[in-house]
Amino acid sequence: MSPGATRLTSPQEVVERALAASRGDGCVVIVEELSEAEVRFANNTTTTNGVRRDRRVAVVSFRSVGTAPLTLGVASASASGSGAIDVEALVRASEAEAAGAEPADDAVALVEPGPGAPAAQSPGFEDPPELTSPAVLDGVIGGLGEGFARARAAGNRLAGFATHGVATTYLGTSTGVRLRHAQPAGTMELVARSADGARSVWAGAATSTFDDIDVAEFEARLDRRLGWARRSVELPAGRYQVLLPPDATADLMVALSQALSGRDAEEGRSPFSAPGGGTKVGAELCPLAFELRGDPAEPGLESSPFLVTAASGTDVSVFDNALAIGRTGWIEQGRLARLQYHRAAAARSGTDPAPPVGNLTLVLPGATASLDDMIATTERGLLLTCLWYIREVDPVTLLLTGLTRDGVYLVEHGEVVGAVNNFRFNESPIDVLARALEASGSERALSREWGEWMNRTAMPALRVADFNMSSVSPAT
Amino acid sequence: MEQIRSQFVALRDGRVETTVDDTEVGVGLHVVRDGSFGFAATVELDPDAAARLADDAAELAQRSSAALGTPVEIADEPPHGEVEWASPYEVDPTTVSLADKVAVLEDWSRRLLASGSVDHVSARVMCVVEDKHYADLSGTVTTQRRVRIYPLVDAVAVDEASGSFESMRTLAPPAGRGWEYTAGRGWDWDAELETIPSLLAEKVAAPSVEAGRYHLVIDPSNLWLTIHESVGHATELDRALGYEAAYAGTSFATFDQLGTLRYGSPVMHVTGDRTTPHGLASVGYDDEGVEAQSFDIVRDGVLVGYQLDRRMAAENGLGRSNGCAFADSPLHVPMQRMANVSLQPAPGPGPGPSTEELISGVDRGIYVVGDKSWSIDMQRYNFQFTGQRFYRIEHGRLAGQCKDVAYQAQTTEFWGSLAAVGGPATYVLGGAFNCGKGQPGQVAPVSHGCPSALFGDINVLNARAEGAR
Repeated sequence: MSPGATRLTSPQEVVERALAASRGDGCVVIVEELSEAEVRFANNTTTTNGVRRDRRVAVVSFRSVGTAPLTLGVASASASGSGAIDVEALVRASEAEAAGAEPADDAVALVEPGPGAPAAQSPGFEDPPELTSPAVLDGVIGGLGEGFARARAAGNRLAGFATHGVATTYLGTSTGVRLRHAQPAGTMELVARSADGARSVWAGAATSTFDDIDVAEFEARLDRRLGWARRSVELPAGRYQVLLPPDATADLMVALSQALSGRDAEEGRSPFSAPGGGTKVGAELCPLAFELRGDPAEPGLESSPFLVTAASGTDVSVFDNALAIGRTGWIEQGRLARLQYHRAAAARSGTDPAPPVGNLTLVLPGATASLDDMIATTERGLLLTCLWYIREVDPVTLLLTGLTRDGVYLVEHGEVVGAVNNFRFNESPIDVLARALEASGSERALSREWGEWMNRTAMPALRVADFNMSSVSPAT
Repeated sequence: MEQIRSQFVALRDGRVETTVDDTEVGVGLHVVRDGSFGFAATVELDPDAAARLADDAAELAQRSSAALGTPVEIADEPPHGEVEWASPYEVDPTTVSLADKVAVLEDWSRRLLASGSVDHVSARVMCVVEDKHYADLSGTVTTQRRVRIYPLVDAVAVDEASGSFESMRTLAPPAGRGWEYTAGRGWDWDAELETIPSLLAEKVAAPSVEAGRYHLVIDPSNLWLTIHESVGHATELDRALGYEAAYAGTSFATFDQLGTLRYGSPVMHVTGDRTTPHGLASVGYDDEGVEAQSFDIVRDGVLVGYQLDRRMAAENGLGRSNGCAFADSPLHVPMQRMANVSLQPAPGPGPGPSTEELISGVDRGIYVVGDKSWSIDMQRYNFQFTGQRFYRIEHGRLAGQCKDVAYQAQTTEFWGSLAAVGGPATYVLGGAFNCGKGQPGQVAPVSHGCPSALFGDINVLNARAEGAR
C-alpha cells in the first residue's frame, strides 16, 4: 500500500454507526481525517522527516433535562479508534458524561438543515478523505539539495521546515446534517544564517498545494536581505516609524482577532469593553478605514463554511455545530463592527451569532502600494521582517510584548542602508492600527508566531508611527 | 505505541463552559537508513499496519537523502531489557467522574464569588495519563505510565466605570500527581483560595509602580518560569548547535563556551534531571530508551552541561545521552526536550536564608510573586516577565502591593546579579504543561524547582506606561 493508505473503517461509516448507537436526545459526531508529510532541515542538512495519518473522532451527546427541550447536558469524547466497538464506547462515554452534567449555559436547539445552515448533505460527503504524500515535497527536497550546496559555498547555513497536510472533516448530527470539508494547508519557511551567526534572515509562505513554492525564489528573497545586512547599524531603544511587512502585520492582527470575545467585552474584561459598561462595538478604532474580516469564500484562503467544534468555549458552542459561517466584518471603516458570540450568548445579548472564521484578512480599501513603494517613500524608518515570542502583557489594552526577528533594516531617503540590531517591543495591535499612517495592498501572509494554527491570512504592509521598541536584543 | 488520555474541564463563574475527554492512541516508528532519518506514524493498530510503517519510514528516509548533508549517528546506550516504571500518584484523575470534577471547581468558584471583591471566576483542571510502550533493536523494551494534573483558578475584579480590570490567579503549580492534589496533597488549596479576594482587592487599589531599577526578591512561583526560559531552553544542545534556528531559536550559550561561560554569580547552581518525584519531566526511561539521569548544567555560575538526546550526544562526542528525548504523541518524532531544570537552594551547613531574611536585606526593592506574562528572544538573551502580584520592599520590610510591574533583563546580567538564594525551606517545584518546541509543534510538560532568590539592580518597567501613546 502507498504511504498514508489505511484499512480503517470509512469515516462516513463511523459517523453513521455513532449516530445509530446514540440513545440520547441528540448527538453530534465529528470525524477528522488528517494526512500530513513534512521535511525539516538545519545546518544545511535534512534532520527529521515524517509522514503520518491520524483520525480523530468526537462524539457529543445531548440530554433533555425536565420539560424544557433546550436544557441539555453535553459531553464529548474523542479517540483514534477505528472499529465499531470503539465508536460504541465513545457514544456510551459521552452519554455517561451528559447524564451527570448540569444544564449547559450554551444550550439551544441543534442546527437543522435548511435556511441559515448548509444543506442536509454536502455534495462530497460520500467522498473519501483527501490525502497528501511525501511526493508533494519532492520539489522542495530537490531544491534544498542544491540550496544547501550554494549555502555552503557562500558560508551560510540554511534551516527551515516544509509541511503539507489535508484535514478532511465529516460532521453528522441527529438532526440529519451530513457535511464534509477538506482543508489543505502547507507552509514553507527558510532561514539563512551566516556561519558566524551575525546575520540571519527569514522567508516564509503559506500554501495549499506547494505548486507555488520555489526554493530558488525563497533563496533570492533571502539573498536580497543578506545583502542589506552587509552593513550593520546599531540603534538604541526608542519609538520609531516602522514598516511592517504583511507577515509581521499578520503576527499582530491574529493576536487581535483572539481578543474579539463578545462575552468578555460585555463582562468588562476585554480591551473592547466600554467604560461605563457594554462593548465598544460601533466605536472608531483607527482613523484609516481598515476592514478586518473573515470569509470562508475568501479567494485563496478558503475555509470551512460551517462550524465544527468538539468542545464549547466562551464564544463557541457544540450546540452550534453545522452553523453556517459567512463573511464577517470584525472591523469595518475603522470601527469595531462585530464581536464573537455563539447562538445562546447572542440571543441573550440581542445580537447576531458570530462564530470564528478560519481565515483573517486586513485590507485598507483603495490601497495599492507595494512594500517596495513604501520603502521608496520612507525618509527614515525601520523595516521589520517578522515578530516573535508575542505574549500579552496587559489585557486591558491588549498590550503585547515580543521581539523583532531575522531582519530589522534601517531605511533612509527611500533606500535600505543597513541591518539594525533586534528589539523587544511593547505594543498593542489596537494602537498599531490607530497609529497606522499607510497600508499597502493586501496579499497572502504567513504569521511566523501563529502560522502553525492560523496560516490563512491576507495582510497589507503597514507604516506605523512611534512603534515602541522598549529595549535592544543582542540576539541575531 | 502510546495511549494518552487528556481531560479538561473549565467553569466560568461557577457554570460549566468546556469539557473535553480525549484519548489518543497510535504507533510511531523511526528509522535511520544510510544515515538518513525517516519517521512514520499511524492510528491504525494492527501488525500489518505497524509493518507498513517501517516501509513508509524507510521510503521517506530514502526520499530525503537527496538533501542529506550530514549522516545521522546516535550515541550508544546499554540495553535495559524489559522494564516498567510509573510516576507516583494515588488516584488516577481520569477515573474521577466529570460530576466530581465539576463539584470541586464549583466549590472553589463559589468561595471566591461570595467575596465582594471578585466579579468573575474562571476555574479549570487539566488531567493527563500517558501510557507509553517503547522498543528498540538493542533490546530495550519499556512500559511506563505518567500522571499529571493542573488545577487553576483565576479571579477578576472589574471597574466598569473606567473600563479597566485586574485579575489574580492561584499559584498552585501543575504537578506529577493524581486527583489527590485537589484534596490538599501537595498544595493547600483552602489556604490559597481564602487569601485571593483580599489580595485582589489590595492589587486593585495598589499604586502603579514607578519605573526604574530595583532589587528584586523573586518567589519560586515566579522564578521557575525565568529559569525555564533563560536557562532551560538556552542549554538545550540542539538549539545551541543551530538545529532549532528556524523556529524555537538558537542559544547564546554556544558549545564552544562549555566549561567557560560565566552564566551567573557563583551562588548559581542549576541541575537537570528526569528523576525528581512529582516532576512533570520525570520518567524512568526516555523516548530513545535512555535511563533517566540527573546532571549539572551550571555549577558555581559556570556553564558545565547541556541537555542531550542520543543524536546530539553522538554528534559532539559527549558520550552517553543524558536522557532528554521525548515525543508528545505517538504520531510525533522524539526530539530533545527539557529535563526538570532547577536552581538549587543554598547549601548547608545551616538552613539557608528564608524569604523574609532575603527581603530584610533590601532597602528599596520589589518582591515578585506568581508568573503571568513571559517573553524571551530567540537566543535567550533579552527577556521580560510580569507576575501575579508585587510588593514594595522598603527598608527591609514589605510595604504593600504595587502593580503594572514588568522586569526586563539580559540573561547573563540577570543571573550575574544573583546575590543570594534561599534555603531548602523556600524551595518549590513549579512548572508547565505546555512547553513548545519543534516543527511540527510539540508540547512537553516540565517542572522547575527553585528557592526564593535575591537579584540586585534589575530594570523594572511600568507596563501601563509602556502601552501609553
